[in-house]
Amino acid sequence: MAATIAHAPGPPRGRRVSRWVYVFVLPTLVLFGMYTIWPSVSSIFYSMLEWRGLGVDRTFTGLANYERAFSDPLFWGSVRVTVLVIVVTVPIRLAAALLLAIMLNNPRLPLARLLRTAFFIPVVATTAIVGIVMGFVLDPSSGPVNAALELVGMPAVDFLGSSDTALSSVMVVHVWKWLGITMIYWLAALQTVPVDLYEAAAIDGAGAWRRFTHITMPLLVPFVVIIGMLTVVETMQIFDLVLTMTGGGPFFSTLVTEVYIYQQAFAASNPNLGYAAALGVLFGVFTVLVVGVMLLLVRLVRGKGADA
Amino acid sequence: MRAPVSRRTLRWLQTIVLSAVALAWIYPLLWILSASVKDATGIFGSGLSLWPESWQWENYSRAWDEAGFARYMVNSVLVTVGTVVIVVVRCAAAGYVIARYRFVGRRLIVGVLAATMFIPTGLFVVPVVELSDVLGLLNSHLGLILALAGGGHVAAVLLYAGFYAKVPKELEEAAVVDGAGFLRTFLRIMLPLSGPITATVVVLTFLATWNNFFLPLVFTFSTPQNRTLAVGMLAFQGTNSTDWSGLAAAASLSLLPILALFLVLQRYFVEGIAGAVKS
Repeated sequence: MAATIAHAPGPPRGRRVSRWVYVFVLPTLVLFGMYTIWPSVSSIFYSMLEWRGLGVDRTFTGLANYERAFSDPLFWGSVRVTVLVIVVTVPIRLAAALLLAIMLNNPRLPLARLLRTAFFIPVVATTAIVGIVMGFVLDPSSGPVNAALELVGMPAVDFLGSSDTALSSVMVVHVWKWLGITMIYWLAALQTVPVDLYEAAAIDGAGAWRRFTHITMPLLVPFVVIIGMLTVVETMQIFDLVLTMTGGGPFFSTLVTEVYIYQQAFAASNPNLGYAAALGVLFGVFTVLVVGVMLLLVRLVRGKGADA
Repeated sequence: MRAPVSRRTLRWLQTIVLSAVALAWIYPLLWILSASVKDATGIFGSGLSLWPESWQWENYSRAWDEAGFARYMVNSVLVTVGTVVIVVVRCAAAGYVIARYRFVGRRLIVGVLAATMFIPTGLFVVPVVELSDVLGLLNSHLGLILALAGGGHVAAVLLYAGFYAKVPKELEEAAVVDGAGFLRTFLRIMLPLSGPITATVVVLTFLATWNNFFLPLVFTFSTPQNRTLAVGMLAFQGTNSTDWSGLAAAASLSLLPILALFLVLQRYFVEGIAGAVKS
């Protein structure tokens, strides 16, 4: 039967085509099912287990892991640190990258392309390696940052070794590492602003600042939310940098939720995979909530734009 | 006459200020490159200076041979290339049929793909490790490649689907008239047409995989010989925390391939990333 269809010269193509369609979508279905759908669903089951390691017996304990999470100061601390990193770094990245993008979007600015490349380079550098290197750059006794401080007569700072400065240091490196990607987002947004609008405004005698507040800003409003959302989602996955720079310390001052999950699952002397799964589910819910709110904002802004 | 001149001066002034900031911006990366060819006293003693007093190339041979970075490099290349190939094949194929054919479950597939776009690794990691362990894939390159290529990559599917949706129907019909079947039409006409999309997907997947850390870390706990560069770097730091010049050489070895690739294919990186905003 299959052979006759395959060799049929003309019309009964419909069935053959439909079979190929499923062949084409199958790899994605199987792989995505194994590595995205199954983990999402099974996490909920795993989160209700007392489970002390791969291949070890597990017992069903209902919502005990969630009860524990809700009364776990380290978990709440990790949520607090994650939120703090978002609240501090996202606005800085949005504002600084916009400023850079506006300057570098000027086609008559000399060396604009080269400068864009320079600001973008940290984005492609492997985050985990950047984290380790930064531990080195910020070293209190011999790193170049402290060498510079010494040069201007300031005392050495143990940036990553003190709980007062560790989180700020991680945030500074995080902004440095990822500012270039936000700049590219803004440059893409700026490309959508029609050039003749500026020319018309210039003819009408509008200065650079007026052109910015009256043309650029209103047209960029819808992008603020989209770029903000992309930036927030990226920031929630700050795992690589935190694990390599501080491992969550000192005294849990940089412990973000993903690092805490990792520690519970793999790095603890007494692993607790069930508890890690529960934390993962809570973190997933948290992410979905944040993204949901931001998507709602996108709709709202777009709706307003359509009304105006 | 004066206005345009002063405006040009102003622009050059802007460039000079921005160049100074840009130089400071890439300074940490330059510093690590320079530290990779200094000896220990050179790193400690020279402060901010980038120029080494004596060139210590043996830092590289120490990282490459003794610290095992030759092995890590091979692993990184294998894992990244394997992942990129699987992602391109599966995403192009899925994007093609999603865009051009109506079939049972199509809407459901698109909905599920979109809904899972932002799920964090933290939620995945325990079940993925458990599944890989049960299937006997946990300690192999193949297991890591499948995990890296299998989950996510929703953006790549949507990118292909968006492209194929815009290809005119006449092209396909002409191919059918010429006697090309489904597979031939796809391989000979559609896939070559989507070359720019493939370039973007290859470059962005390469970047994400080469730089991935969480999954390679948890997949190589009991098989240190399978470590990728980033994971190897963490291990090196853990065991040789005093060999700073070796550490700098290892970091340079790990960063140079991806930085070089970026400088050559910059356009695709930037276009791919910018696409996230425009769509």
